Amino acid sequence: MTGHPTRAAEFIALPQRAAWHDQSLWFVRAKRDKAAKAIPEWESLRDAAAAIKAHTVANLADYLEEFERNAKKLGAVVHWARDAAEHNAIVLKILSDHNVKRVVKSKSMLTEECHLNPHLEAAGIEVVDTDLGERIVQLANERPSHIVLPCIHKKKEEIGELFHEHLGTDAGASDPQYLTEAARGHLRDRFLKAGAGLTGVNFAIAETGGFVVCTNEGNADLGVSLPPIHIACMGIEKLIPKAAELGVFLRLLARSATGQAITTYSSHFHGPRAGCELHIVLVDNGRSTVLGQDDFRRSLNCIRCGACMNTCPVYRRSGGHSYNATVPGPIGSILEPARDPAKHASLPHACSLCGSCSDVCPVKINIHEQLLIWRRELVKKGLLPLTKRWAMSIGSAVLQRPWLYQMVGGMGRMALKLLPRFLVYSRLNPWGKQRELPTPPKQSFRDQFKARHGK
Amino acid sequence: MASSRDAILATVRAAKVPQAARPEPFRAGIRYADPLKQFGESLAAVGGKMIVAPDADSARAQLLENPLLVPGKKNCSLLPEIIAPTFSLDDIADPHEVEDVWLAVLPGEFAVAENAAVWFSGRRLKHRVVPFITQHLVLVVPRDQVVNNMHEAYDRLKFGTVEFGVFISGPSKTADIEQSLVIGAHGARSLSVVMLG
Ligand code: SF4
Repeated sequence: MTGHPTRAAEFIALPQRAAWHDQSLWFVRAKRDKAAKAIPEWESLRDAAAAIKAHTVANLADYLEEFERNAKKLGAVVHWARDAAEHNAIVLKILSDHNVKRVVKSKSMLTEECHLNPHLEAAGIEVVDTDLGERIVQLANERPSHIVLPCIHKKKEEIGELFHEHLGTDAGASDPQYLTEAARGHLRDRFLKAGAGLTGVNFAIAETGGFVVCTNEGNADLGVSLPPIHIACMGIEKLIPKAAELGVFLRLLARSATGQAITTYSSHFHGPRAGCELHIVLVDNGRSTVLGQDDFRRSLNCIRCGACMNTCPVYRRSGGHSYNATVPGPIGSILEPARDPAKHASLPHACSLCGSCSDVCPVKINIHEQLLIWRRELVKKGLLPLTKRWAMSIGSAVLQRPWLYQMVGGMGRMALKLLPRFLVYSRLNPWGKQRELPTPPKQSFRDQFKARHGK
Repeated sequence: MASSRDAILATVRAAKVPQAARPEPFRAGIRYADPLKQFGESLAAVGGKMIVAPDADSARAQLLENPLLVPGKKNCSLLPEIIAPTFSLDDIADPHEVEDVWLAVLPGEFAVAENAAVWFSGRRLKHRVVPFITQHLVLVVPRDQVVNNMHEAYDRLKFGTVEFGVFISGPSKTADIEQSLVIGAHGARSLSVVMLG
């Protein structure tokens, strides 16, 4: 199986494109910084969010029951799904019971996680992703490469070509305004023809039985306000106790995601429209297992803002698709191995442990620490990638023998100084990819220490 | 076999997560010397336009300065004193029929200075699709109803009945194509907020 390094290598094979990708995401990261700095209470907001989440997961069963009770009181139908297959079966049954043939869907990482689209399509149902970025990757037959910016890896010229082929836009046209207008027309038609609207859930409120969906485009609202059926799919970790706590999370979410103070639309759904149906599907799919793991429980705090991706030096330079996962980037490298350790064994290593992800995370998940713990877990499970395995055994041999460590250190300093560039930056040395290696110090740390302390 | 519901709840309970107290409500939200002015700035930053008007006549006159808002196409209005509706929403059974609404004029309950959000409640609106499907949207908020931040906003909201409500901050937008901001993704292409009174 190919791991992250192989796929990342494919991405950086086009250096200009990799640099462009890196800069696009850094631009978003910079906007996030500016937005966070404009709020003097930013750090205490993050503390509050983490505390609310800690309290919620400690009482999750009670809050789930409270939510279900209140949602039913408002007239919603509440379903429970243990895993992806059950989730998909529930959604399909609702749709086939009503003979729905066309569905519009707004962004939902959960339905991606469950691979809902192919399941519905196999049953002859047309599913249209209505978020512009998601529609673009859907037309391209790809998966989103980022959870907030699904087609951040695509150039406008490529999108222009795709639209020319599928939507009949002018050949060679790549103006974002023009392309967006074309998508608006195309998707309006789908909104009007849909028999049901599907959405994800950003936050569900135990106290009220309602939930909130955030978008900039308005696609979730259009999608569920025309057809008679709204299906909302949510992981069980999306719960918060009270509506007042939305203040904390809505202030953090968009600022962390894109540097906006809030998304254009933050829609609060309490019960179905008159004469219509509202279905809420609560999905576990491994979350309750993570809940029982002290080391990884906090990964359930994630509000899917994407900030850890925008800041991650590895993500920015290797692209979302190199993770081969529903959720890429730092948090994905925790969530995905939890679901399938063998398939995603290379992900916790796609990390320099710089800790930038944990610094920006609005709900204060100790992301880089969990990544380190995952590496240990993978060793225990015998899932260490081969190259790492031998690097590790050499490393351990060296570290156990001080004389050898000194000798190897000397050799390294010498080599970096003397070797020609083509050898240092060759395929044999992955550390030379996409970065300049530092100028080696003249003396080892040991020698410097000795010199300073005169011993 | 236990139902999925019971199975999930049982696993969640068995996780034995260490107890953590629910934190006190967050009170340290940012405040502004002039919330109305801040609201106007926040709104401009997200591509919306604030109109301050002492009365309905002034509001109408200022709105009509924007040629896009000139009535004469299909208007949906809950505030006839500002812009007259061209049809009655209550006579329409199927929301698909409002597909071609050009301009919607709707009441907003209050506005939030920190992020230009206006709270709109669907309570008086027969078809909740209107603020999203219309090409241009006008929200009318009483001028003295501006709160500083989202904590103050939620202090004002009570949920518990069947209701749809939404914070709207600016016109619909996307930056999905190479991070270029485009106004008018799926929803309204323009948003004007009238601060009335
Ligand atoms: S882990 Fe934190 S930073 Fe990353 S997406 Fe989740 S909430 Fe955002």
